[in-house]
Amino acid sequence: MSSKDLIINSIRKENVVKNCSLPDYENFGITFEDKIEKFKQMVKSVGGEAICLKEEQLDEKIKELYPDLNLIATNVTECSLGNIDANEQEDAHKLKDIELAVVKGEFAVAENGAVWIQNSENRHRSLYFIAHNIILVVKKDDIVNNMHEAYEKIAFENSTYGVFVSGPSKTADIEQSLVIGAHGPKSGYVFFIE
Amino acid sequence: MRVGLFIPCFMNELYPKSCMATLKLLQSVGLNVDYPTNQTCCGQPMANSGCSKDMKELAYQFVEIFKSYDYIVAPSGSCVTMVKEHYEPFFEDDDPDYNKVKTSIYEVCEFLHDIVKVEKIDVSFPHKVGLHNSCHGHRALGLGTPTELNISQKNKLKNLLNLVDGIEIVDLKRDDECCGFGGTFCVTEEDISVAMGKDRINDHLNAHAEVITGADMSCLMHMQGLINRDKRPVKVMHITEILAGEF
Amino acid sequence: MSNFDHPQKAKDFVANDERMHWHDKALWFVREKRDISSKSIPEWETLREYANQIKTHTMANLDKYLLEFEENANKRGITVHFAKDAKEHNEIVHKILEQNNVKKVVKSKSMLTEECHLNPYLESKGMEVVDTDLGERIVQFRNEPPSHIVLPAIHLKKEDVAQTFHEKINTDKDNSDPTYLTRAARDHLREKFLGADAGITGVNFAIAQTGGVVVCTNEGNADMGASVPKLHIACMGIEKIIPRLKDLSVFTRLLARSATGQPITSYTSHFHGPVEGGQMHIVIVDNKRTPFLQSNSYQKALNCIRCGACMNTCPIYRRSGGHSYEYVIPGPIGSTLATFRDPKKYKTLSFACSLCGSCSNVCPVKIDLDSQLYTHRQDLREKNIISNKKRLAMQFSVWLMKNPTLFNLAGKVARKIVPLLPKALIYNKLNVWGKQRDIPTMPSKSFKELYKEEQK
Repeated sequence: MSSKDLIINSIRKENVVKNCSLPDYENFGITFEDKIEKFKQMVKSVGGEAICLKEEQLDEKIKELYPDLNLIATNVTECSLGNIDANEQEDAHKLKDIELAVVKGEFAVAENGAVWIQNSENRHRSLYFIAHNIILVVKKDDIVNNMHEAYEKIAFENSTYGVFVSGPSKTADIEQSLVIGAHGPKSGYVFFIE
Repeated sequence: MRVGLFIPCFMNELYPKSCMATLKLLQSVGLNVDYPTNQTCCGQPMANSGCSKDMKELAYQFVEIFKSYDYIVAPSGSCVTMVKEHYEPFFEDDDPDYNKVKTSIYEVCEFLHDIVKVEKIDVSFPHKVGLHNSCHGHRALGLGTPTELNISQKNKLKNLLNLVDGIEIVDLKRDDECCGFGGTFCVTEEDISVAMGKDRINDHLNAHAEVITGADMSCLMHMQGLINRDKRPVKVMHITEILAGEF
Repeated sequence: MSNFDHPQKAKDFVANDERMHWHDKALWFVREKRDISSKSIPEWETLREYANQIKTHTMANLDKYLLEFEENANKRGITVHFAKDAKEHNEIVHKILEQNNVKKVVKSKSMLTEECHLNPYLESKGMEVVDTDLGERIVQFRNEPPSHIVLPAIHLKKEDVAQTFHEKINTDKDNSDPTYLTRAARDHLREKFLGADAGITGVNFAIAQTGGVVVCTNEGNADMGASVPKLHIACMGIEKIIPRLKDLSVFTRLLARSATGQPITSYTSHFHGPVEGGQMHIVIVDNKRTPFLQSNSYQKALNCIRCGACMNTCPIYRRSGGHSYEYVIPGPIGSTLATFRDPKKYKTLSFACSLCGSCSNVCPVKIDLDSQLYTHRQDLREKNIISNKKRLAMQFSVWLMKNPTLFNLAGKVARKIVPLLPKALIYNKLNVWGKQRDIPTMPSKSFKELYKEEQK
């Protein structure tokens, strides 16, 4: 008998767990009067920052925040500063020197400062982690209150990867001292485009 | 309304003053209190060490002694929890005597707060008092809201103490951390038990408490033992002694 | 027969008073952060109830959901393997790596792979395995097991880390600044990510409906490790399955808040297929989990989402440290899991608990932890695993207590005699209470006696 069959049979034999129904999340979960404001507060608390701006201001803002960077990758049409196309690289390892990734986010979640990224057009998911710094670009109207509303907008029919990103990477593994910038990007901004 | 007084075995032997205070407290609100003298022990030490099956006889004895009372009141959250929760396996679901006992047994502060609904206590105790929230009373009986839960914070013991004139209940750093008595735990894991007790005492001392009080004498006995050994400058009193003015 | 004894290990930990208090404070601080976070969500207690329901429903239908998961994962080109025990798990993982000529592996946090002792197995086969979570890398360098499931190096001071990093990656031995050390680790581990042939991750949640798995990290290490090398192996216990994608909404709101007080981890990767030109494998492991489903008392232990909140609140864990449990998972959840799986070895763990009940209150999935520990004690007694001395003492006590007259007499005798005994006799080696505590003063009369006098 295969291990799979052994395990399935073992589960079926004398399972005493009493069944119950699954919950429904309609109209459930905390809501906010000003979602953007709440998001800003939450992303700040996790070491990131959210900025509202107009499309035209994007490039300028990036130059202001990161004046000295050389290698920038972007898949966002509003940004023209990209000088390396991540999608043209065959090998994900080639992305290792990208200093800034400016990437498209689908929507933001107010309760926890997270942005959902699920872009099938992006060839290498490692882009989000291997870049030294990251900016997530989201349309200002694309923001939900909480994770229940978030998951209503997510599906994986035609996609192999998606990720919630909340702030830059971090760790507190050394004596509980928070250090921003672990293995993923050292800084993380969210741009809300009007 | 006939009230049966249930006194924890060790309190009967070692802390008669607190037992007397409990009796006096209940009498002071006009209750007819009877103390059946053939009671011995609820069996908690056995259950605590894994031998709950052995104390079946004690459970039957308890129900037999107390089944005729309208209310059973005890100055001990842990003993009441024992009867309410851990006697269940020994009785049938529809056993009328146990069901009656189970629903009419109260810790004394719970009883005064919820059933008698005491609103006035004619006692003056102008001292800084640290309240120790004993785990069984706190989490199992709901004498206070555990700080880890997201529900509105209420505390029956504080409500009663605040009726005492001049009393000041101090703010602790850890409102409801366990003192480390834990029954047989206090000897099987002696080092941790002592460390936990000392930390509780330090919390009270740092908050300038002159007296540590609570509803479970076992916790207080454990802390008293440490206080006496290390000669710490704080007294220990069972809450009934304060509420009954027996000091 | 093991001689594992928690009280002895606890004693050693407590002996270093300064370090024990430092450890206690560090974890209490995490508990406080959890409280602040949980209290910012008005529907927190409802969320816990939902999580409990989702897990209960899943366990009641686990066979169905595992098969659904396998089917949906397969449709995505993910290869699913089943391992009945740790040995088979290790062999499967090794085989996949070998077939792909893997020499260097990067691994993110996975208690399951710890449980199966995967690292030493792969190393014995000549592979390099690098734990990429900073805390895990630190303990890997030191050849120690992690002492907490979320904060693996919580037992170490920064000076300890500085010393270790100086020895292993040549940092300045006198610089114990956490930022300096973390940056050094980042550079060191980045090389490992870039040079790895495969990435192994754990699984926080496996979604039956979609066939994908979710991994939550703050460091981005699982995400890097699973997306830079082309081969991704995700290892999970059977209990990680949840039914629907939307059920993640409940767990992603509870997990990080319970673990560290953050609203969500920095990264919540939803892996639904390999990278371009790559492979993705999932290894599903039983390893003595199914017996929990047959247990009325302990079934809920399988619902654990590995947040660590129970450890942070446990006054015993905080004062004895994770290593004192000698089990891959420490604290209250570890104690109940370990005792169920190996009652003889872990017989002291259910007694390493004062039954305060705080753990059950912080558990995001509402596992009845304190009840389970209490029930374990009764089961140990049933199996005759508790010491004979204890059992006889208890049986004697019951005999005494069944007889009020005898009981009263015993009390009277104790009260009369003890005050007359010399201190040396009272406070001797046999009197464990008396080692660090004074015994209560013996009153001359019991309450019963005083009451009877008043009645006359």
